[in-house]
Amino acid sequence: MADFQLSAEGVEFVKAELKRYETPLSAVIPCLYRVQKENQGWVSPESVSYLSQLMDIPEAHINEVLSFYTMFNREPVGRHHVQVCCNISCAMNGARELTHHLCKSFDVKEGEVSKDGKLTITRVECLGSCGTAPMMQINDRYYENLSPDSAVKIIKELE
Amino acid sequence: MEIKLLSEHYDKPEYRSLEGYKKHDGYRVLAKALKMDPKAIVEEVKASGLRGRGGAGFPTGVKWGFLPDNGEPRYLLCNADEGEPGTFKDRLMMERAPHQLIEGMIISAFAIGSKKSYIYIRGEYDDSIRIVREALKEAYSAGFLGQNILGSGFDHDMDVYVGAGAYICGEETGMISSLEGKKGQPKLKPPFPAVKGYLGKPTIVNNVETLAAVIPVVDKGAQAYRQHGTEKSAGTKLFSVSGNVVKPGTYEVALGYPLMDLINNECGGLKPGRKLKAVIPGGSSAPVLTAEECAQANMDYESLAQLGSMLGSGAVIVIDDSNCMVDLLGVIMHFYHHESCGQCTPCREGTGWLNKIVHSVLSGQGRLQDIDLIVRVSEHMMGRTICALSDAAALPAISFVKKFRDEFEFYVREGRSKVKGAAHVEM
Ligand SMILES: Cc1cc2nc3c(=O)[nH]c(=O)nc-3n(C[C@H](O)[C@H](O)[C@H](O)COP(=O)(O)O)c2cc1C
Ligand code: SF4
Ligand code: FES
Repeated sequence: MADFQLSAEGVEFVKAELKRYETPLSAVIPCLYRVQKENQGWVSPESVSYLSQLMDIPEAHINEVLSFYTMFNREPVGRHHVQVCCNISCAMNGARELTHHLCKSFDVKEGEVSKDGKLTITRVECLGSCGTAPMMQINDRYYENLSPDSAVKIIKELE
Repeated sequence: MEIKLLSEHYDKPEYRSLEGYKKHDGYRVLAKALKMDPKAIVEEVKASGLRGRGGAGFPTGVKWGFLPDNGEPRYLLCNADEGEPGTFKDRLMMERAPHQLIEGMIISAFAIGSKKSYIYIRGEYDDSIRIVREALKEAYSAGFLGQNILGSGFDHDMDVYVGAGAYICGEETGMISSLEGKKGQPKLKPPFPAVKGYLGKPTIVNNVETLAAVIPVVDKGAQAYRQHGTEKSAGTKLFSVSGNVVKPGTYEVALGYPLMDLINNECGGLKPGRKLKAVIPGGSSAPVLTAEECAQANMDYESLAQLGSMLGSGAVIVIDDSNCMVDLLGVIMHFYHHESCGQCTPCREGTGWLNKIVHSVLSGQGRLQDIDLIVRVSEHMMGRTICALSDAAALPAISFVKKFRDEFEFYVREGRSKVKGAAHVEM
């Protein structure tokens, strides 16, 4: 059987979400977030099977939702997921050079997990922080008005 | 000059809490509204000339008037998916004044007779999500939400729904699909959401700023609101200004404010030694304006339409002479290609082609005929898809090529940018 399981609180969360909206399907996105949080930042095929049984919603539907949205990771990611916006206002303020600089400084290719499992660096689209460009999001947090040095320092200081 | 109908207290940290919000007159207008006839509120909003601040600029009161009188439950959805590149005003509003949004929503819900609303916030906005949820809790415990609000007999429940990363969920029917627990793919209109929306029920979708702007309209009345702005573009608007200005940020000015005043007065102008090359006045979906056009542009729906562009979400992206327009079009096309939901062939294929062609020019492999090809591909993408994303990719592409053709031709001929020092950065 599936080797992923939510915590007891996670299971309670899923049950509550199933009743929270007008249709139980609306619970899929919040529950996928929960799974991702309890599975080191990504949603594995096993966790989808597990969630499907728990929610009584077909696996095919959950997979459809899962693959549509960019905030769900279908591959393992580093403990710190560094997402650098490279859309227009950030690109005009050096975000692409910054992304390359970070990949080089931490010896990791864009989108891959660093050898120590600490980092994944990816380029993303506009994060609504264009007035404080360039910027990056690490897990849930925004870091704005970056310089190459300040960005490296911020990442170095993470556990 | 800034006119702060909405943003007057955004700088005060206390404004975020219920107590601080109430100290500055918060929820006073709600009490007034609940004593009014809901129909009178809809009429007031119609008379105010308030138009949607999310992008399309549709008259808000008119949209509300489309709701059928068939006894079905109605839903109100606040569009807080803010994904249009260059836009960051909704985030500011939610972080600084969550109760203002909630108050505007309760008044709007009362006006349209809705018992349930959702605030659909993009998933990346972790702070906004936390702050709005906290404010909802406060509003419930103070009796502004729930049963029999302020003894009026009106019941309303409000919840936050968190998106998961997809620009297309900002399109109203895409958002509805997403909220229904499906892929966030837009649906064919008609039927419009006001007739058949969330779960097939009548639904009003409005932007964060639109819903907040209902407060001053109901407070002082339509005529007072109309004192700001122009005849057809009434009121104030929050502009997110980014790019090459000294003081980027969000500024609230009356609609009709000259673009160059916004850049020079509010934003401190360009950096020393730089010259203005272009401005994208309404988010990356809006056609670009040349510096000469900027001199005539006023920030209202009509003035920008006359110049062949649009006000959109009010995201002003200022571009100085250090930028290469071919490079920037590459960035924009990458975005639309990435965000097309793939349902419509002209959009799916067209955004793919545009991205490929522009990047082949950027890699030095471009041919002169590629420049016209960008325009031709774009023309085939317009007016034939389920939603407006396809047009939103095509229109800027055409504008870049037509207005900065010399830069495209130079790039093809020389294999490098016409702008000194503006090397394209491969990703
Ligand atoms: C591709 C696309 C993306 C959109 N993104 C947003 C958005 O992020 N926020 C928003 O308020 N409206 C967005 N809109 C506009 C909505 O479809 C809708 O018109 C708006 O939410 C209505 O609210 P309003 O009348 O108050 O502006 C988008 C439209 C399209 C075609
Ligand atoms: S126009 Fe593009 S984004 Fe819109 S529904 Fe069609 S394929 Fe999807
Ligand atoms: S362009 Fe980078 S945050 Fe908007």
